[in-house]
Amino acid sequence: MTEAAVCPVPHENRVHPLGPPAGFEEAISNGPVRMRWPNGVEGWLISSYAGVRQVLSDQRFSANRNGGPEMRTEGEPVLDAGQPGNMNSMDGEEHLRLRRPLSRGFMVKRLNEMRPRIQRIVDEHLDEMERAGTPADLVSSLCLPVPSLVIAELLGVPPEHQALFQATAREMLGKNGSRAEYEAKAAELGQVIAKVVAEKKASGDTSDMIGLMVNETDFDMDELMLLAIGLLVAGHETTSNFFGLFTLTLFERPDQLEILQRDPSRADVIVEELMRYTIGRLGGAGIARRALEDVEVDGVTVRAGEWAAVSLHANLDEELCPHASELDLERRAVSHLGFGFGPHQCLGANLARAELQILLRSLFTRFPNLRPAVPVTEMSFREDMITYGASAIPVVW
Amino acid sequence: MTVRIDQTGCIGSGQCVLAAPDVFDQSDDDGLGFVVIAEPPADLLPGVRDAVDRCPAQVVSLEE
Ligand code: HEM
Ligand code: SF4
Repeated sequence: MTEAAVCPVPHENRVHPLGPPAGFEEAISNGPVRMRWPNGVEGWLISSYAGVRQVLSDQRFSANRNGGPEMRTEGEPVLDAGQPGNMNSMDGEEHLRLRRPLSRGFMVKRLNEMRPRIQRIVDEHLDEMERAGTPADLVSSLCLPVPSLVIAELLGVPPEHQALFQATAREMLGKNGSRAEYEAKAAELGQVIAKVVAEKKASGDTSDMIGLMVNETDFDMDELMLLAIGLLVAGHETTSNFFGLFTLTLFERPDQLEILQRDPSRADVIVEELMRYTIGRLGGAGIARRALEDVEVDGVTVRAGEWAAVSLHANLDEELCPHASELDLERRAVSHLGFGFGPHQCLGANLARAELQILLRSLFTRFPNLRPAVPVTEMSFREDMITYGASAIPVVW
Repeated sequence: MTVRIDQTGCIGSGQCVLAAPDVFDQSDDDGLGFVVIAEPPADLLPGVRDAVDRCPAQVVSLEE
């Protein structure tokens, strides 16, 4: 399919809250399509497994998304491509210079050392939920507070500053406020971070992310602030929303939930399948790249200067695994695209995995009879460029 | 069968370590992936092939 009609990217009108926008699967069913995003930008949408991997890893595509597709029609994006710490919009050496030093803080062995602390944070919130009794809101009592505290731990924010860090983070990210409100809160958060920076400089400690950045990199203060806040922005609502979506997926599938409950020690493999399926099923077209020269993808030519967006609906492509459109928690872990692919693949993936595994295992072990207090189709959801999730998940047990 | 990592493109993601923990590790100095067992026994090969597939920077190779 080549020069077909340009169709608008369907969004904000999901038929089922856990499914794709109306018309999305039909639109992509014949391979790459020309699309127009809500902000008027046009380009290709790639949605096959091989095509998405290619766009996200081929050096002939740039990640600089100034002027690119946006799901929102109004309001400025909160993160500018031109900001010094925004690695997500950088290419090549410039990108690696920021990303590589941080990857040390996300090493598998370092995160394994963090697991007991994540478990403690999760257990404390489950205790509190149990104390407060039913009905409870899973989003405000577990999904939202856990990731921000985990990121505070990752950064090295000491316990005495954590309450302030978390409260400010909640105000900064909780609602779709204006750019000015966001910046005011980011500045407050910056003050907490500046305190930690000063302490790390004095102690020479490198056991956490801020310590690493202060004592072992050449990052300047602006970069360091933006990177630290960037980790919070990138890792807070994503983890929170997806954990909520995972539980909703399981509520709809008691047969699959039983597989988790039969053997919670398989939570690591189960999280991979929940990610593959949940993210694939939502569809959407949020990750974009710009071709630096003409590139062939899935039989079409993306011309130099043109935009190509990818849909993680590719997670449901049979090329990835058999019966890919079905949830199967007995499946072995496959190479899904839930965290992206290529040099920009999620920096926090291993942290997100650890959190999601611990949350999932602990929640359903603590409350074996956990169930939604209202049907999923009656819950309210929020749609955004990077994140989509339930505003509240009322539960009983 | 020889396993290699071309570190020039490595982003230190640790996907290789997750796929085959006996064969790969990450350096404490810079987080980059490195090969611990260059000629792994047959029972470790499925994990190595997984690592080749999963490496986001596509810098893990297995020469058969
Ligand atoms: C379930 C949770 C999460 C999901 C689904 C997710 C998904 C993603 C995806 C798809 C990308 C690639 C975007 C692109 O290619 O342009 C990405 C990038 C990124 N993520 Fe995550 N993420 C999650 C959690 C986290 C956490 C916990 C952190 C940090 C604490 C984090 C930090 C980042 C950063 C810094 C990038 C940019 C990396 C780069 O450009 O090199 N994410 N994430
Ligand atoms: S999976 Fe690839 S990019 Fe990640 S650490 Fe291993 S070699 Fe490096």
